[in-house]
Amino acid sequence: MLTRREALLGSVLAAAAAATVGSMPAMASAKEVAGLPREKVTLVAPPFVHAHDQVAKSGPKVVEFTMTIEEKPMVIDADGTQLNAMTYNGSIPGPLMVVHEGDYVELTLINPDTNTLAHNIDFHAATGGLGGGALTLINPGEQTTLRFKATRSGTFVYHCAPGGPMIPWHVVSGMNGAIMILPRDGLRDDKGKPVRYDHIYYIGESDFYIPRDEQGKFKKYDSAGDNYDDTVKVMRGLIPTHVVFNGKAGSLTGENAMKAKVGETVLIVHSQANRDTRPHLIGGHGDHVWEQGKFANPPAKDLETWFIRGGSAGAALYTFLQPGVYAYVNHNLIEAVELGATAHFMVDGSWDDDLMMQVEAPRAIAS
Amino acid sequence: MPLNPILALGGVAACALFTLGATGAVGWLPAPDQQFLAGSELVTLAPGSFAHPLPGEFLRQNHPVSAPVVRATVAMPFEIMKYQVSASDYRHCVMAGACKPADGHGSGNVPVTGVSHIDAEAYADWLSAETGSAWRLPTDVEWAYAAGERFRGDIEAGETDPKNPAQRWLVQYRTEASLGRQPDPQPRIRGGFGPNSKGVADIAGNVWEWTSTCYVHATEAADGAGIASSIDNCGVHVVEGFHRTYMSNFIRDGKSGGCAVGTPPDNLGFRLVRDRLNLVQAAIRWLRLS
Repeated sequence: MLTRREALLGSVLAAAAAATVGSMPAMASAKEVAGLPREKVTLVAPPFVHAHDQVAKSGPKVVEFTMTIEEKPMVIDADGTQLNAMTYNGSIPGPLMVVHEGDYVELTLINPDTNTLAHNIDFHAATGGLGGGALTLINPGEQTTLRFKATRSGTFVYHCAPGGPMIPWHVVSGMNGAIMILPRDGLRDDKGKPVRYDHIYYIGESDFYIPRDEQGKFKKYDSAGDNYDDTVKVMRGLIPTHVVFNGKAGSLTGENAMKAKVGETVLIVHSQANRDTRPHLIGGHGDHVWEQGKFANPPAKDLETWFIRGGSAGAALYTFLQPGVYAYVNHNLIEAVELGATAHFMVDGSWDDDLMMQVEAPRAIAS
Repeated sequence: MPLNPILALGGVAACALFTLGATGAVGWLPAPDQQFLAGSELVTLAPGSFAHPLPGEFLRQNHPVSAPVVRATVAMPFEIMKYQVSASDYRHCVMAGACKPADGHGSGNVPVTGVSHIDAEAYADWLSAETGSAWRLPTDVEWAYAAGERFRGDIEAGETDPKNPAQRWLVQYRTEASLGRQPDPQPRIRGGFGPNSKGVADIAGNVWEWTSTCYVHATEAADGAGIASSIDNCGVHVVEGFHRTYMSNFIRDGKSGGCAVGTPPDNLGFRLVRDRLNLVQAAIRWLRLS
């Protein structure tokens, strides 16, 4: 049985980590890696993605990223409901990292002493060491650097996994994001023909479990630690109080709606670190969809709705053909409308009557 | 049900005129009102006319256009509650078993919120029975008249290319987004949004208000003068506030009640108009009560 303090510090995992470290492969390749070119990337907050080449212009390199963990209250809906959020780099989800297959990802993770909890990072894209979780557990006031080789292409979730009951709590408090590992020669359709995108948007879907008071109102807590017991009770019911994109109901609507033009191709990366979801673009389609997110598999074509397994990230490529305001939703429409999982695209351009037209506007039924 | 075009266009205004126009000698019964009027101060609005964009959806030559703006006239003075109906006033109706408890969390001297059109009508019926006066929801025209300079109406796109229906959707979306209104869900003590130039309080604050005007689809005449045909849907009513919207009668939470892409109302509440009864009406009402 864990004491709460042990749980918060993740001591169980620390023991596991020690065991794993001993079995890490030899350092034979370290010199080779040391000789590789290095690139430092500054991450940007979702839904935007840092500048990157879709086709690699050179051989493998070491790509350096830095993320600072921020524990802070965040408002997650229009009613002002507050989450004691734990974040990578201050956003929910954490930023999307983009590298190419064969590159090395070198992440410096910082846990400032203004935080109260121990954190780490588990990359589903990484091999061994609990995805890096075993080598990155840091207390407030510490930092660590992890390097892993991007051996498989695709979109992959990363998340905090500081041991035992801390794992789901940290994940549903916001500590998750995704990395996209592109094939060196870029994306290809089901026939092996290269495809490109004009815009990329990263949508991280979250399920939140906010405790309520006796009147049914959402409770506020001074700190993350204070909400732990109540939150776990709600989590164990498995019914989220909120299902939202990018940390908040309405975070990708209005002034923050995503933008494109008719004829432009958009790649939508969608991650869900904890729970299944089913994205759908109302009035549009998925031209090429890597539902499981792994680019070594040919994309599915012409999908209406696609399935993102909890604990994975997928990618959908679509060329807009008609102007308008598009809603991008989790097509469990209860979750989209009542719980918050709705985003919007504003698409400018000329209307195509061949694709659709109103032959007759609404009028009284002909008698 | 197809409506006579004159009725459809003028119906809203005509309704106001008709009920007010019946006033002869003023004969409402004053005594029982007092206990409720403590919380429902009235503002008497003088007659007048004003430019009013009609509520509903309008088509011209088969494509949607901005609502026509008509000259609306309020022929007789009318009385409207200075404040929205309060949570404590509404609670009297709940205690009497005539109203369903509201979904809003506020209590005391804040506007009642979390109430549907059905709830608002139930309250008006109950208050009328209790006081012997005729209380009802304002029409859209009356509400707009009382709102004065705070009236906004629908968020319109203006002139757009009929060959590109998406243009209108995009302009409306951008216009609404550019208003930059942030969610403001917590109802304030009544009067918190201050009075307008007519002395009516809290217009266009964070509580939108039900009206008695039905949602309508109308087609403008080919020559642009008047309405050729229209179909109304009284299962949906006009809701007024920071902007105008339309909600199904049973909706109590504006956030989930409509506005697929726009800014939804923070809260739904209402205020009432008191009709003056002529002597005959007053007598009938008095007889019915006793």
